[in-house]
Amino acid sequence: MQETTGTAPGTTDIPATRPGGGPERRHGPVIVPPGDIELEARNLSVLYGETRALKHISISIPDRRVVAFIGPSGCGKSTLLRCFNRMNDLIPGTRVEGEALFHGENLYGPGVDPVDVRRRIGMVFQKPNPFPKSIYDNVAYGPRINGFRGNMDDLVERSLRQAALWDEVKDRLDASALALSGGQQQRLCIARALAVEPEVLLMDEPASALDPIATQKIEDLIYQLKQDYTVVIVTHNMQQAARVSDYTAFLYMGELIEYGPTEQLFTNPREDRTEAYITGRFG
Amino acid sequence: MSAQATARHPSAQRDPSRFEPRISRRHHVGSIAMVLFLAATLVGLVFLVILLVDIWHDGAHRLTADFLRNPPSRLTSRAGIWPALVGSVWVLVLTAVVAFPLGVGTAIWLEEYAPNNRLTGIIEANIANLAGVPSIVYGILGLAVFVRALAMGRSVIAGALTLALLILPVVIIASQEAIRAVPNSMRLGSYALGATRWETIRHHVLPHAMPGILTGTILALSRAVGEAAPLLLVGAVGFVQFAPRGLQDAFTVIPIQIFNWTSRPQAEFQELAAAGSIVLLVLLLAMNAVAILLRNRYAKRR
Repeated sequence: MQETTGTAPGTTDIPATRPGGGPERRHGPVIVPPGDIELEARNLSVLYGETRALKHISISIPDRRVVAFIGPSGCGKSTLLRCFNRMNDLIPGTRVEGEALFHGENLYGPGVDPVDVRRRIGMVFQKPNPFPKSIYDNVAYGPRINGFRGNMDDLVERSLRQAALWDEVKDRLDASALALSGGQQQRLCIARALAVEPEVLLMDEPASALDPIATQKIEDLIYQLKQDYTVVIVTHNMQQAARVSDYTAFLYMGELIEYGPTEQLFTNPREDRTEAYITGRFG
Repeated sequence: MSAQATARHPSAQRDPSRFEPRISRRHHVGSIAMVLFLAATLVGLVFLVILLVDIWHDGAHRLTADFLRNPPSRLTSRAGIWPALVGSVWVLVLTAVVAFPLGVGTAIWLEEYAPNNRLTGIIEANIANLAGVPSIVYGILGLAVFVRALAMGRSVIAGALTLALLILPVVIIASQEAIRAVPNSMRLGSYALGATRWETIRHHVLPHAMPGILTGTILALSRAVGEAAPLLLVGAVGFVQFAPRGLQDAFTVIPIQIFNWTSRPQAEFQELAAAGSIVLLVLLLAMNAVAILLRNRYAKRR
């Protein structure tokens, strides 16, 4: 285990021995960010049948910050993201071990309803997936099923404004969402997720299917959103991680290799594998 | 860049003599294929036209208001198709009412709820097999179960239930295909907003799959409305004086009426059979028109 540098306040290393025994595993430098912790994984593993896609991950995600998960394809970053709103439950044959905590409460504990979890922890997917309904109905759908009793028009407008889409669609809320461009569709999906007033927004490569200008808009949006939301973003694009995130986690082969403040991870990585990945030597 | 690549990989050097594109020959083969497919289409089309011209020629002059209004009769001048037409519509509607919810419900269970295990696989394989069982076998089943065991007698409801069983496998398979074609990203988007499984199915999967489900169901119903064999076993007869007024009434359907008329020696009855065929074809056309209208309506809503 490497020395912690002490420049990041509150930095500490995870013990090298996992609780619960098993073979000793070397963990890279993993910090606990300062401030309130919104989400936390404790010794979290995900198994698809016999293969362990995530191996004993422990990570803390601070309140109202942007955290990026980076790593090569198949490293488990999307799997880790989906643990936090129990979307992995929808994939048959998936088993989760360990804990995923939301405000200290285990999301996989008994009596926790994934339907409730998903309203409080929203998600945006890689490919824009608006419903084949009007723009208005896309945003209003989540509030409707969740029994929203306020003014729906106001909520739709506010959500679209938050997603920086209002000015582009305010005159055609009844038009089909499928008539929007890819970037607009993705912002609509963000508005749709925000409309149920979640506390966290999970984004699984939200800009990878978009052109550079649309990507720029999504990134600006993420920067705005962290005023009110905790944002966790999975990205293939390291420049994007460097631009939008406060903290970055590097995953490789289902393991968390390094987690720290974004600037430090990109300029002064403490693990050889992190450095090799961010300089493009593999991945 | 290509020059560089060539320089770096001597094995990739271009040698035109190693290729023999024979482009005109390949286009020629393509043209032959197209002609074959066109010929295949024409064979079916020609026989369909012959059939239509033949029955129109034989039966068109019998297609009068009286023919549609009258019950069958020994006297060809007074014979009509009214009871059979009404019987067909009764059976059609009842069959749809029974087969549609059962079939769609089964498809939803199999696609959206059932675990992906061996039992589900066995059930699906059996449903596919049932789709290939001859309709006469369903007739025997209907006779044993509905007419005798459940004492429904030779009634409209017994006939409709028999036909519902006959088309159920087709409705299930068509609905499964339509549900399977709903992109999974739609389900995930719904779940991610905190929708339950039923809300996801009700609000997203079913509306998206509905055009396909309706098309499959109406094609299956088209088959049912042309069936004679199973209904003969269940007790529909060729000479019914009155149109059915309730579920328990005796009935006949157009194909059986046609069969009855064609089995008589007189040429006039053959003409009546041809006229009955025209009525049946119009009924089928109307059903397909409804299918297209419903499909367009659902497709437009998106």
